[in-house]
Amino acid sequence: MKVVVTSQGKDMDAPVDLRFGRAPWFIVVDTETGEYEAVSNEQNLNAPQGAGIQAADNVARTGARALVTGNCGPNAFRTLSEAEIKVYMGSSGTVAEAVEAFKRGDLGAADEANVEGHW
Amino acid sequence: MRIAIASGKGGTGKTTVAVNLALVASKEGRSVQLLDCDVEEPNSHLFLHPELETSRRVFLPVPTVDKSLCTACGECGKICAYSAIVVVKDKVLTFPELCHGCGGCKRVCPEEAIRETGREMGVVECGRADGIAFAHGKLRVSEVMPVPLIRAVKGSADDVDLHLFDAPPGTSCPVIETIRGSSYVLLVTEPTPFGLWDLGLALDMAKKLGVPHGIVVNRHMDGNESARRLASERGVEILAEIPDDRRVAEAYSRGEAAVDAVPGTRDVFTRLLQRLLELGRAGEQTEKGAAKP
Repeated sequence: MKVVVTSQGKDMDAPVDLRFGRAPWFIVVDTETGEYEAVSNEQNLNAPQGAGIQAADNVARTGARALVTGNCGPNAFRTLSEAEIKVYMGSSGTVAEAVEAFKRGDLGAADEANVEGHW
Repeated sequence: MRIAIASGKGGTGKTTVAVNLALVASKEGRSVQLLDCDVEEPNSHLFLHPELETSRRVFLPVPTVDKSLCTACGECGKICAYSAIVVVKDKVLTFPELCHGCGGCKRVCPEEAIRETGREMGVVECGRADGIAFAHGKLRVSEVMPVPLIRAVKGSADDVDLHLFDAPPGTSCPVIETIRGSSYVLLVTEPTPFGLWDLGLALDMAKKLGVPHGIVVNRHMDGNESARRLASERGVEILAEIPDDRRVAEAYSRGEAAVDAVPGTRDVFTRLLQRLLELGRAGEQTEKGAAKP
């Protein structure tokens, strides 16, 4: 299963970025093989608005079925839900640690956004 | 002549300048209209006490998608600069509160699946006070985008000799929209570190927009040369200095205009108006001259 983790850097040792829409990198991890690739989300860092929606679109394009991040606002959450991507929030540590926590089932799928827009 | 009154910092006296200029101009028998473009917090009416005659609701066109026609091609999402419409997983989603109403999505949709419906921005109210034509906008509570309503207020300009556009504070989109098309911008400041810092930003903005501009110093105190220093450094004229006078503040707190309540103030605004009209005439002549081959 493909999972996207929001990240401050390009590899598995980078810290998880707690922001979703304005995270600089998305690490796309295959939980079966452990293979990963980094996808840039840079275009959204300075977007005046709608960063969460565009970021959700970016995640959908990777083919991932789950997103692991710190926080997620309402517009991003709605877009991810429509794209049938489950959202796992409250993650921290490195990307590798977040993936392990996800695999163990430590992170629960969220039913709704946990922060306001423009958080 | 179209004069915008802006400031950078809030609370420096834009409305005071706009209202008192309007009163002085009207007293001189000029046809004048005050348009309060601070649609988030309009307050000119508190001092002019206009009789409001018309009220018009203003709408912004936002997309509604007929899902039976949509093929989820994604063209609408590609053209939208504000992520107000997006296609994910063969589904089109709209976020009307993010839409700026450009109509791009409707235009590029190959299936003609998009029609425009109105999102209410607020109201424009027009009226008169002491021979002064008046218009202002009131942004709908919880609406985040003031610019379309400011455009509607400006669209209510009557056929008069002098238009005064009272701008919101700051140097961002709402202010730029207010100033656009003006023949002159008055930048109102107060001689405090905050006031002068923001005046610096406002001067940069006016310069970038290429609109002729000058400064009005409010709450001027003898011995405080800071505003004059900045004006001379930047090569910008100070058109008026309104003396710091407690009676002006007291009149303000009662909703009275300074020219009516405080003796001597009328002269300051009469001279300011004269100077503005001179600059306006000079500007028109330069324009005419430049238009000749």
